[in-house]
Amino acid sequence: MTFIAKPKLRHPELQRNKHGFTRRDYEGAVSTLCAGCGHDSISAAIIQACYELELPPHRVAKLSGIGCSSKTPTYFLGNAHGFNSVHGRMPSVLTGANLANRDLIYLGVSGDGDSASIGLGQFAHILRRGVNMVYIVENNGVYGLTKGQFSATADRGSKSKRGVENHSASIDLVMLAIELGATYVARGFSGDKSQLVPLIKGAISHRGAAFIDCISPCIAFNNHSGSTKGFDYVREHNEAVNFLDVMTPRDEITADYAPGSVQEIKQHDGTVLRLRKISEDYDVHDRVAAMHYLQKSKAAGDIVTGVLHVDPESPDLHDTLGTVSAPLNSLGKKELCPGKSAIDKFNAARR
Amino acid sequence: MPERKINNFVIKFANVNGSGSASANKLFARSILRMGVPVSARNIFPSNIQGLPTWYEVRVSEKGHLGSRGGVDIMVAMNAQSWNQDQLDIESGGYLIYDSSRPVPASKFRTDITVIGIPITDICNREFKDPRQRQLFRNMVYLGALSSLLAIDIAEVERLIQEQFSSKEALVSPNVQALHFGMDYAAEHFDCPIGFRVKRSSSVGSKIFIDGNSAAALGCVYGGATVAAWYPITPSSSLAESYEKFCKTYRHDHDTGRNSFASIQAEDELASIGMVIGASWNGARAFTCTSGPGISLMQEFIGLAYFAEIPAVIFDVQRGGPSTGMPTRTQQSDILSCAYASHGDTKQILLIPSDPKECFDFGYQAFDFAEKFQTPVFVMSDLDIGMNDHLTDPLEWNDEITYDRGKILSKESLDELAQFGRYLDVDGDGVPYRTLPGTHPSKGAFFTRGTSRDRYAKYSESGVDYQDNMQRLQRKFEQLRTQLPAAIIEEGKTKASIGVIYYGSTEPAMKEALQYLEEDGVSLDSMRIRAFPFGDEVSEFIDSYDRVFLVEQNRDAQMKSLLVSECNVDPNRITSILHYNGSPITARFIRSEITQSLDALKPSRKRKSISQKS
Repeated sequence: MTFIAKPKLRHPELQRNKHGFTRRDYEGAVSTLCAGCGHDSISAAIIQACYELELPPHRVAKLSGIGCSSKTPTYFLGNAHGFNSVHGRMPSVLTGANLANRDLIYLGVSGDGDSASIGLGQFAHILRRGVNMVYIVENNGVYGLTKGQFSATADRGSKSKRGVENHSASIDLVMLAIELGATYVARGFSGDKSQLVPLIKGAISHRGAAFIDCISPCIAFNNHSGSTKGFDYVREHNEAVNFLDVMTPRDEITADYAPGSVQEIKQHDGTVLRLRKISEDYDVHDRVAAMHYLQKSKAAGDIVTGVLHVDPESPDLHDTLGTVSAPLNSLGKKELCPGKSAIDKFNAARR
Repeated sequence: MPERKINNFVIKFANVNGSGSASANKLFARSILRMGVPVSARNIFPSNIQGLPTWYEVRVSEKGHLGSRGGVDIMVAMNAQSWNQDQLDIESGGYLIYDSSRPVPASKFRTDITVIGIPITDICNREFKDPRQRQLFRNMVYLGALSSLLAIDIAEVERLIQEQFSSKEALVSPNVQALHFGMDYAAEHFDCPIGFRVKRSSSVGSKIFIDGNSAAALGCVYGGATVAAWYPITPSSSLAESYEKFCKTYRHDHDTGRNSFASIQAEDELASIGMVIGASWNGARAFTCTSGPGISLMQEFIGLAYFAEIPAVIFDVQRGGPSTGMPTRTQQSDILSCAYASHGDTKQILLIPSDPKECFDFGYQAFDFAEKFQTPVFVMSDLDIGMNDHLTDPLEWNDEITYDRGKILSKESLDELAQFGRYLDVDGDGVPYRTLPGTHPSKGAFFTRGTSRDRYAKYSESGVDYQDNMQRLQRKFEQLRTQLPAAIIEEGKTKASIGVIYYGSTEPAMKEALQYLEEDGVSLDSMRIRAFPFGDEVSEFIDSYDRVFLVEQNRDAQMKSLLVSECNVDPNRITSILHYNGSPITARFIRSEITQSLDALKPSRKRKSISQKS
């Protein structure tokens, strides 16, 4: 239960980062999800990524919608504010929060029901606005809390636990995100932490709308034969196109890869995304080619993972709006109120 | 010359939507104001961009009666589509002014009115080459003709044209030319001025001419709102657009090119309120503006803001409902859907302005109430106040006013605090302390949620925790009774046994009706409700009279329902007067309804006749 506090006991020699935090300081309450749930692995990956990036935990704001995935922000970054909003509407709440204070790191956590069904509209619009954030969908193709109904990301032809076949086409959130203008798009698998942690780190260091679709098997309702979101199926069909190393500005750059096999992308904050290519002909900069590749792989039944698209230079929502560099929530009457003299002029012009 | 026709008439312009008449019509109204004579102006417009009939009605009233009067003394009939009905609307003895470029058979005219034909199209075709100018300047030609016919000082009109086109100097002279063509034609062909006329006066004083949406938007700027999220919907869109316009003046740093505001046209009303809640949760002052359909869409989020205690300011510029209803007509029909917005047990703050001045005042005050009480606040304007220009008291701002941000804990106060509980009632007023994200490395973080929780914001399904929280929310709401704008009570000239309650845009019509009723020998005390929850003065007022009328602009007597359920009032003591055809309520209507109702009570008394004079 979420009100069970984790014991504060910790190994005295746990490593500390530059803020003096150990990995434990990035944890939250004990998870109440099913034992073995893929979502818990994602929470662990988020904790690891934030620890490795040495983020001050309280400078992160965690926002979510409704569903199993949306419960998870309680289970990481206990010293960060969290907001469990309403079903499918996390994106608008996150957008508003981001407008109020551009200096925090915004982490939106959602599920496939939350983002692909009830919240598809808000999913689309937050990406096209270029809100600076990390948006993770913990994608299991099924409604867990309401006991096993298909979600809109369930593949056509896949079977539910009770053997019912899904006849509707699936929504591919990665394709949509690239189409809608997300500037960092990746897909991971909760069963592959070594791949997922750098994907999250890359997304956090990206300025702009970063989206990660993370396949996260539901061990209670969607991990059987006939499912295309179960551990076995995803492992068999996982086609990683690259492997990411995230090099922060203080990391020593060592490069001894064969030419052409590594692509380096400098992000706005100085972080370098070093992509070791697995698929020779996959170029994360080429949006159109990426979409073509993804379509082809999908038709072949493969699940493409890795960094799928990056545009490190596009403006975020605050750039577009031309807002001041100070967070709007830090401005007071002095900066905001035109005062009496202005109102006298205003009145005079309306006589 | 009968005195009653001087500075006392209603003129209506029947135009085609999209023909550029709006600015000329506004010039007409403002030129009379510049002569010191009060006017009110109302747009009656269709849900359409081009082609359908639209009207602009100006009431000229030396006495300052600025509600809609009903009836028309002078009709400027510029639209063939509505010609027949427009002519029928003229009161006997009135005037019809029309474009006589195409001959109209005499049989087409009423005989009990005066018909004035001006060959407007002919004049424009003769004088202007450009087809768009020929079309646009028709409006200036009739404006010029009216100056002669009604004795409007042409110099005032010219000055206004100069002010309006100060940045586009080239437009001044053709506009003034067109004005003079009309003026000269009327002066040569008719005995000017006609019966109705304008005479310079000093009754306007320091009042200003402004629409409620602009005033509310300026209130948001003064109130320190930095985030606006909205979805276009009539009649509220101009509030958001005005906010952006004012911010470009007052919140734009010309040196850096940066803005200290963010306005987002959202994808729908759900996203609008979601952004407002997100921004407010994170410590910015944020608002949305919408109308009935948007309020329906926002219900779930409003419940979250109520329950999770997040400030939010919502302007509801009401229009005719239900459903799409009458999107371009006025009503007061969202009272209940806002007062009890969302599922479960909820109660919301309503502020009910009656004119643009109060839209400004309540506009900036709403942010204080929302933050102080950590809850949504509705500003219940309507189309009549919001989209029409009204003569209103000048907007006032005192530089001593400070923003009341409510109970927000800083890093320093968190350091001193032994234990933080987001929903702990520390001060016994039901209002807990909140923290903003990013404030403190190790204290004050909590999880905001719409689920039940304990006083420390920890998820809880315990009935005890749930009830504890709901009762605290009720305590918080109860104390609002003394903190919101109180009802305004005015006594009649003689001791009255009858009271009348009204609210919002009904005010000008109500005040005028009270004066007529006084003249009829019926003295009433009146009360204008300005906020919900109601202060004690509201139920005390109802208790002090044998009989109470309640005037509303909706079908279902929504304010009466609210009074009956919240003040434990006997519903039989309240007689509803309901106006809901979409046009603004008039003094004539109120007077006649109250008179009829009182007469029905006294069958022995001979019924008093009501004269139509105003």
